[in-house]
Amino acid sequence: MSNEFNYPILSLVTFLPLIGAIFVVFIRGEAEAVARNARWVALWTSLVTFALSLVIWFGFDRGSADFQFVEKRDWIPALNISYHMGVDGISMAFVILSTLLTPICILASWEAIQNRVKEYMIAFLVLETLMVGTFCALDLVVFYVFFEGVLLPMFLIIGIWGGARRVYSAFKFFLYTLLGSVLMLLAILAIYFSTGTTDVPTLMQHGIDPTWQKWLWLAFFASFAVKVPMWPVHTWLPDAHVEAPTAGSVILAGVLLKMGGYGFLRFSLPLLPLASAYFTPLVFALSAIAVIYTSLVALAQADMKKLIAYSSVAHMGFVTCGIFTFNQQGLEGAIFQMLSHGIVSGALFLCVGVVYDRLHTREIARYGGLANNMPRYAFAFMVMTMASVGLPGTGGFVGEFLIMLGTFQANTWVAALITTGIILGAAYMLWLYRRIIFGKLEKEDLKHLLDLGPREVAIFVPLLFIVLWMGIYPSSFTSIMGPSVQKLVQNYQAATQQAADAGANATMTAASATATTTAGE
Amino acid sequence: MTEMNYLAALPEIWMAVAGMALLLIGAFRGDRSTRAIGLAAMTVLIATLILVLTGSGAPSRALAFGGLFTVDSFAIYAKSLVLVAAAISIFMALGYNEREGMARFEIPLLMLFATLGMLMMISANDLISLYVGLELQSLALYVIAAVRRDTLRSTEAGLKYFVLGALSSGMLLYGASLIYGFTGATGFDAIATAIQAKGAEPGLGLIIGLVFLCAGLAFKISAVPFHMWTPDVYEGAPTPVTAFFAAAPKLAAIALFTRVLVGPFGDMTEEWRQIIWFISVTSMLLGSFAAIFQTSIKRLMAYSSIGNVGYALVGLAAGNQAGVSGLLIYMAIYIVMTLGTFAVILAMRQKGQMVEKIADLAGLSRSQPMLAYAMAIFMFSMAGIPPLGGFFAKFFVFKAAIEAGGTDGSLYALAIIGVLTSVVSAFYYLRIVKVMFFEEPAGGFDPVDGSLRLVLWVTVALILFTVIPPLLVPLTGNAGVAAASLFAG
Repeated sequence: MSNEFNYPILSLVTFLPLIGAIFVVFIRGEAEAVARNARWVALWTSLVTFALSLVIWFGFDRGSADFQFVEKRDWIPALNISYHMGVDGISMAFVILSTLLTPICILASWEAIQNRVKEYMIAFLVLETLMVGTFCALDLVVFYVFFEGVLLPMFLIIGIWGGARRVYSAFKFFLYTLLGSVLMLLAILAIYFSTGTTDVPTLMQHGIDPTWQKWLWLAFFASFAVKVPMWPVHTWLPDAHVEAPTAGSVILAGVLLKMGGYGFLRFSLPLLPLASAYFTPLVFALSAIAVIYTSLVALAQADMKKLIAYSSVAHMGFVTCGIFTFNQQGLEGAIFQMLSHGIVSGALFLCVGVVYDRLHTREIARYGGLANNMPRYAFAFMVMTMASVGLPGTGGFVGEFLIMLGTFQANTWVAALITTGIILGAAYMLWLYRRIIFGKLEKEDLKHLLDLGPREVAIFVPLLFIVLWMGIYPSSFTSIMGPSVQKLVQNYQAATQQAADAGANATMTAASATATTTAGE
Repeated sequence: MTEMNYLAALPEIWMAVAGMALLLIGAFRGDRSTRAIGLAAMTVLIATLILVLTGSGAPSRALAFGGLFTVDSFAIYAKSLVLVAAAISIFMALGYNEREGMARFEIPLLMLFATLGMLMMISANDLISLYVGLELQSLALYVIAAVRRDTLRSTEAGLKYFVLGALSSGMLLYGASLIYGFTGATGFDAIATAIQAKGAEPGLGLIIGLVFLCAGLAFKISAVPFHMWTPDVYEGAPTPVTAFFAAAPKLAAIALFTRVLVGPFGDMTEEWRQIIWFISVTSMLLGSFAAIFQTSIKRLMAYSSIGNVGYALVGLAAGNQAGVSGLLIYMAIYIVMTLGTFAVILAMRQKGQMVEKIADLAGLSRSQPMLAYAMAIFMFSMAGIPPLGGFFAKFFVFKAAIEAGGTDGSLYALAIIGVLTSVVSAFYYLRIVKVMFFEEPAGGFDPVDGSLRLVLWVTVALILFTVIPPLLVPLTGNAGVAAASLFAG
């Protein structure tokens, strides 16, 4: 566990946005000036945070599977719980994803949010702290605090700045997620009680009693499955997405959903390997249903955001499938897919936001022919559509390909089923694109729409660049996760092997015991 | 045992003498001196707090009055909290009483005497001193519940509280007499010895006595099924009095409950755990479901307090040191949240009139953002969302329950029911946030008093920063020491 940096870089990246938020709190004066200053402070804070987080990206040792930049301080000494932070190949990219999307969200809200700007910026900065903290935490309790704390700013973001049914959606989001999470809290406490620690690296060395594993796994599953979200507990997502403001949807799709997948990777698999193996058929079944069913549902949507929300559920179905293949390709594919989906779905929600800001409707039928007067927009939307479909050369392809490769090794039938999802995905995305961008520009109000302005271009350019980078040269990402994933796979195989040996021994002992008794008679 | 050892009870003696002196001043000077007496009562409480914290000096347990009275870390912890809560309640009541034309000098004094009763309860080491402390507290509380004797609701609240309280005192006394009959002792230490001698079969009479004792005490902490008085009294009593009810007496009664069950009845844990399990579950359920339909914020807080007692009792049901420590942490955080919430409720005034409908809070985040944020923090904290204080409160009691497990896994069930009801209760806490933040303003409130403002700042800061070690470490450390002293003795 090396840390060549003398300063606590992870804590800095985590808490810098919070410090920015405190500055925003103290902005006073005319309403106009307050809003302007709040925007700028938030933007600069998030940009500086992003720049700092690049230190992690460049300083990260790609050959190591260990946790890096580790910080450890006493937190609740009475319970032996410490503030333990660190990143490895699995979590590092998610930290960058969070710090990247936050400034983009703030830029995207620059003009769309005119109402209570100061509070909005505070909420986003607090949210950033909690997101980064979630991915850095190496203690179950610290993780839980960050993971669950995310609900507070998100509840307010949906509820205050959301659409018409925002109250309903905010409540549904909050209560659904909370219900899943509290069970995880009990599981964390049970782990603490049975092992005496909540420190994740220590727990990874430690086996957890196999009879307990199943219950604990189910409790973790309740939390992460809601967060991912997996079918059938995904129903909060379309509501939350549709009602949230654009930037809220971006964060929700880009980062919050990834917390579920990350949770599986960080906790369920390494800490509860036997139960994970036991429940694999369940996850496969739910993932396959999610991929096919929600793709079909997406086909039938008349609302752009809802369509993309359902496509998120389908894509996350791929991810859960890949995670539970327990092989290198599947796991790397899952992580890759989460990263690329974080960028792509975020960008797609931004695309919706662009036209929503201009026309204030998300109804697909109200649009058509935008290629004529919004060529730059049409281009950005096209790249993201292709990435979502999984066209080679975009980030979407690499993730889906690796996942299918992994799944094929684990279970051919599941691989066949999720492949239909790709076809359906192409159908609904291309159809969406056709209905909005192509065709004749007939509707009067559409003719006056302006193409992307400089601010919007600045939002899309980095995202386009990353999507293509991920597709063309994926090894800069896979090289980060490679060693950590390998270690995860090895540990998993060792644990299942050990259990199998123990089972075989038990059978043999029983058999020899029977033999002795028979001989005795 | 036979020593008097007045020094151990110095804080209580000082408080009683000072209280009576203030009573004389009040009797001679009348209501003109209300403000002075209020401030003096606060000073007395703070002085008592200093005496409690410094006085005993002995790290181990000290007995006084021939074993009727005990001072240990547990008592010091609970007393400090009670004194702080009482002082804050009086502080908040001062301005209110003057505005609402109920500036009677008796109010701070009655609160002072009630607090004295609470200190006695916490230190009680004998069924007799338990009863004396409890009644001193209760009688003072009955009177202040009905202090607005010209309003129907307040008198009704006082009367209801008195009648039901008298009933519960009767049950408690009956239980105490059975316990005395079957163990031959009233002192806690002697009862413990007698029960230990009986071994695994404590006998039916003793169990019935224990049940009655628990029923009496459950009434005082307003746990289901002895909660009926709570919503009416909370709603009927003047708001600062309600704030007082919700904080200090709850803590004192729950501390007493803990001392009785863990101390003399420590060897009957399996028996009383069933009772505590039941009242804990029903309190959590009722507290979360019944509150959903409330329109008055004070009634909502009444149900919320019932639910909160249920959570605190999870720690007691665990019956181990971690459980008691969790319970003490829970109550400390609960008191801060409750006082903060009531500070907000006290600030709910429109054009000089108190309002107490939840709907009156509509759009508060526009008209008075600071007040709205404070309230939102308390509500999220009560819902148990990290990183706020309320999360840690729940964390520690559930941890204890998981650790204890129970022979039949009943405590796992308790923990699961607990977290599920906390999701239900999150719904009504969120509803308040919704009203304040997602709805259009319905006319703001009058400017907030300086004293309330101070209370709000302090409580908000405590709840927000529970998460950082400078607060969390001493909180858990002191609660741990306090719990350990109870199990050592």
